[in-house]
Amino acid sequence: MSDDETEVQDAGFDEWLDAAEADAAYALECPDGHGSLPPRRVCPDCGATDLEETSLPDAGEIETFTVTHVPTPAFEEDAPYATAIARFGPVRLTGQVVGVDLEDVETGLEVELEITVSETTGERVLGFGPV
Amino acid sequence: MRDVRVAGAGLTAFGHVPERTSRDLFAEASIAAFEDSGVPREDVEALLYGNFMGELSEHQGHHGPLMAEAAGVQAPATRYESACASSGTAVRDAVMRIRNGEADVVLVGGAERMTNLGTAGATEALAIAADDLWEVRAGMTFPGAYALMAQAYFSEYGGGHEDLAHVAVKNHENALSNEKAQYQSAIEVDDVLEAPPVSEPLGLYDSCPISDGAAAVVLVSDEYAAERDLDAPVSISGTGQGGDRMALHDREFLARSPAAREAGEEAYADAGIDADDVDVAEVHDCFTIAEVLAIEALDVAPIGEGISAARDGRTTADGDTPVNLSGGLKAKGHPVGATGASQIAELSALLAGDHPNSEFVADATTGVAHNAGGTVASATVHVLEVDR
Ligand SMILES: [Zn+2]
Repeated sequence: MSDDETEVQDAGFDEWLDAAEADAAYALECPDGHGSLPPRRVCPDCGATDLEETSLPDAGEIETFTVTHVPTPAFEEDAPYATAIARFGPVRLTGQVVGVDLEDVETGLEVELEITVSETTGERVLGFGPV
Repeated sequence: MRDVRVAGAGLTAFGHVPERTSRDLFAEASIAAFEDSGVPREDVEALLYGNFMGELSEHQGHHGPLMAEAAGVQAPATRYESACASSGTAVRDAVMRIRNGEADVVLVGGAERMTNLGTAGATEALAIAADDLWEVRAGMTFPGAYALMAQAYFSEYGGGHEDLAHVAVKNHENALSNEKAQYQSAIEVDDVLEAPPVSEPLGLYDSCPISDGAAAVVLVSDEYAAERDLDAPVSISGTGQGGDRMALHDREFLARSPAAREAGEEAYADAGIDADDVDVAEVHDCFTIAEVLAIEALDVAPIGEGISAARDGRTTADGDTPVNLSGGLKAKGHPVGATGASQIAELSALLAGDHPNSEFVADATTGVAHNAGGTVASATVHVLEVDR
């Protein structure tokens, strides 16, 4: 996070990262139980507009992963790094896998959210660490 | 409903020409398309133009009127942006305009200038086709997204990198005779397996190149073609478009392309054909795994069997259903905004007998073109048929 008070935040997203850093990550849920991620006013599955925050489980499971060697400039100094999609209750998330050797990342690996920072930009990055 | 015919098409060579502007590229493609069609420029009633990253690569928005000027066309012009499916969506709207009688002659095409951005810049520009907040900021790249799909596919249906390598080998082989292709070089399975990794399991030879290029197609109504006695044996008889959630992690399936299936089913029904009728296909193989997902979505291969289609020779030039006889995005190149229209140009030439690889589809009557945007949150499919 930047110390610059004038820096514009992304409403919904930056609050979510703040919450995740405080171990209070959440998804949005509609009355029919469809999960989605903020910022969002409408359930993308059914169009319901009364969305409520629901806590994410502490642990998730990696469903697929890759090790990226050719990054965007924002991750130039981070490469190679592992990116995964992991399921946490009603939603899946895309994140960078940290705290584990690249060759040990695998489908089915149990992970928890860990907000980390890009070595290149110092910006916060949604990450997954082994449980 | 009025039939829509391909009167002519033009392509620039696809490749590395960082100094050329997209207006210059599109001018070249459109000149070729008009010469091929025999249609006078003044008959064009609209230009529908696909482009994805013009703001980033050449600080240029509002491409429509600029490209009409470049093509020498006095007609209203609109830019279509659907990531790598930009000109596929432009073609679809062009078809619908002609069908519903709003126009008899439409120029449709696209261009992209990419190589001037360099690899890092192009990687960044392509990544914006994904969800910025939830994917790009987590470090996901465009090859990375397809790598996530490839790994999910292997887990779900089996297969591996060596199967994918056969897709790349096949498409390079097909491009050998295509003088417009970026790569006219044969490769072997080992070359693919030993290439530097981009996003595992995908390596350099699993990935399409970064390309500059343009495509232009002159579409006309059946009546116009008849009145002018045009040589236009290929018609676009079906069109379809599908959509899906933006982020890969929000999809029901990580190893399938429902948007392409939706587009394919709509296009098949529109043309009154079945998947069994498809003789030849041009599909969006931005990465080797993308061709696998595409042919399964189009029912050219059953779910879970697309991975082995190239290896088993079912989709090679002499196979049951040749796929990407042009060389595909993999070897022909992928100037993203031009790709959808270039597939129409290639497929039309293949069916009409005007393509170096037409010999492989000499009896073909029906072809299908599939253009995908992002990780297939957008997809268009067109059915082309030729008078025999
Ligand atoms: Zn809902």
